[in-house]
Amino acid sequence: MSSATVSPTLPTARNPLFFWLERIVSNYLLRRILKAIFSIWLVTSITFILVRAMPSNPVEIMIQDLTSAGYSPDEARTQAATLVGFNINQPMPEQYLEYLRNVLHGDLGKSYKSRGLRVTDMIVQVLPWTLFSVGLSLLITFTLGIMLGAIMAYKRDTWIDHLLSNLAATLDAVSPYLVGLLIILLLGVIWRIVPITQMRGAMSPGIQPAFSLEFFADVFTHVRVLLLVYVLSAVGSWMLTMKSSTIATLGEDYVTVARARGLPDLRILTAYVGRNATLPLFTRLAISIGFAVGGSLLLESLFTYRGVGFLLSRALSERDYPVMQGVFLVIAAAVVFANLLADYLYGWLDPRIRIVGGE
Amino acid sequence: MKALLDWLARTGRETGKTFKLLRRNKMGFFGFLVIIIIVLASFVGPMIWPAEQSANVEAINKGISLDHLLGTDFQGQDNLRKVINGGRDIVIIAFLTGVLATLIAVVVGAFSAFAGGRVDSILMELVNIWLTIPKFPLLAVMATVLKLNDIVTLSVLMAILDWPGLSREVRSQVLSLRRRDYIEAAVMLDLGTRNIIFKELLPNMMSFIFIRMIGTMTHAIYQQTGLVFLGIVPYSSANWGVMISAAERRGVLYNPQAIWSILTPMGAIVLFQLALVSFARSLDEVFNPRLRTSV
Repeated sequence: MSSATVSPTLPTARNPLFFWLERIVSNYLLRRILKAIFSIWLVTSITFILVRAMPSNPVEIMIQDLTSAGYSPDEARTQAATLVGFNINQPMPEQYLEYLRNVLHGDLGKSYKSRGLRVTDMIVQVLPWTLFSVGLSLLITFTLGIMLGAIMAYKRDTWIDHLLSNLAATLDAVSPYLVGLLIILLLGVIWRIVPITQMRGAMSPGIQPAFSLEFFADVFTHVRVLLLVYVLSAVGSWMLTMKSSTIATLGEDYVTVARARGLPDLRILTAYVGRNATLPLFTRLAISIGFAVGGSLLLESLFTYRGVGFLLSRALSERDYPVMQGVFLVIAAAVVFANLLADYLYGWLDPRIRIVGGE
Repeated sequence: MKALLDWLARTGRETGKTFKLLRRNKMGFFGFLVIIIIVLASFVGPMIWPAEQSANVEAINKGISLDHLLGTDFQGQDNLRKVINGGRDIVIIAFLTGVLATLIAVVVGAFSAFAGGRVDSILMELVNIWLTIPKFPLLAVMATVLKLNDIVTLSVLMAILDWPGLSREVRSQVLSLRRRDYIEAAVMLDLGTRNIIFKELLPNMMSFIFIRMIGTMTHAIYQQTGLVFLGIVPYSSANWGVMISAAERRGVLYNPQAIWSILTPMGAIVLFQLALVSFARSLDEVFNPRLRTSV
């Protein structure tokens, strides 16, 4: 798979094609974009191979299921073909090309279990909830992580640093899924503060989406514990990154010079240390925004929060292959583009990188 | 015969040294002991206390008592006995995934660093691309389509998905170590590539590799637990992940009386992870060649 795209860059022959490839390779942004496209193509191909080209693949099983459900073999084949969105009677390479064409047009096929529903529509329907919950948690985590990390770096080797560092390392080590279970146990069962069972779904039945206080209050009631778990399970690594980044910045000459010039501490913290120390965290933030599209497969299922992760988990347990494939593709594409954004953003935020030139 | 005796004596000496070094770090030694206990309990324990086959209706969701040190679950089965019987899968998955992923990562990373040039940049570019693909959703989709039902295949799949990040780190380690004086001296003395890799490079990377391997292991445990929760890996055997999901599905999570049936497997996983991590941190002293020669 990879050799086909990579080998032309090897200096085998001096021809115009090679010249253009060389030009493309030497352009930083263009190279990043090409890499992103290649990644998405790779993911698309992997999902196609998984769903179509594996022996005893899901499409054949789908046809068998339909046949045993009372369809004639021919009907079953046409039915399956409309569901996956490409003609399954064609030879494999043509199926592959048709599939790629459909994906390019945003057509991800139709759901197998919820008959007739288009996968794209299903994703669009749940996407706002995931973007909202993960986006909000990301904002909180980022702010909290930067503040606590900076405190840890400034109060290095005091009790507060030891306490926060150990806490951060522990939070970072335990998986979000276990954190979620623990929070449910603590808040819902042991302390009985939050009625966990009433919080399923993104909003209560009967509540209409509207620009009203009631709606926002209800949405918040449903998302708050999930939000807490997202923040708890991610804040640790943000804190540790910010701490080490701040410590590194504090040792820089320009900070010493700023101190020697007698600048106020607050100005040094914001204009000299903070701005430089948060640079690497912005890259991470950009990458995390990509993950915001997918949400968390495990946490959304644990809290029955109807987002993209929940959609995928339901598709997985119902073996709804078109949905599975489509959701995974969208999640992967979002992460790939977020990485692209992060690369670009870093060069834009940090002029030093631009001057050195790329890498 | 003499060679064998020599070999035995040398191995004995090395093991003794390792122990001496291990004991220097209290937390590390504690972690080491806990790992040994968990592994023994998971492999030998089931022979002494085999899993209960039938439900016990009289003792459903009991708390801690002398009869049931960690309470009972929704079927009235003893939690302690269940957790002992459920460790084997977890330990196998953790070690298999960890060792396999590390092996691939070290081979590819070291190869890439030594090859250099275009091979190196192409390999690392591919690794970078691979790193941008969200792994857990991919694992979940693959496990569903491939209908995974045994732990060995699952471990292999997780290892295949997990090695690229580590290989990039191994590569940069090798690159930085190669510029050290003692390696350059060894290269100049023409001690042979194999000798340089195994006698000079690897011992200096061992603690780093082990710490990363333990990261992979805990990651594998969590991934397995997650897959069980999503209903992708079947409930064929009652491991810790299955215990958590079964308890969750039975609504045990909302029943304060049954809290021990979910706390037990969760505690087991966290304890195993803590033991692994504290053991890994102490390994720096065990593998450090300078400390080794001074003992």
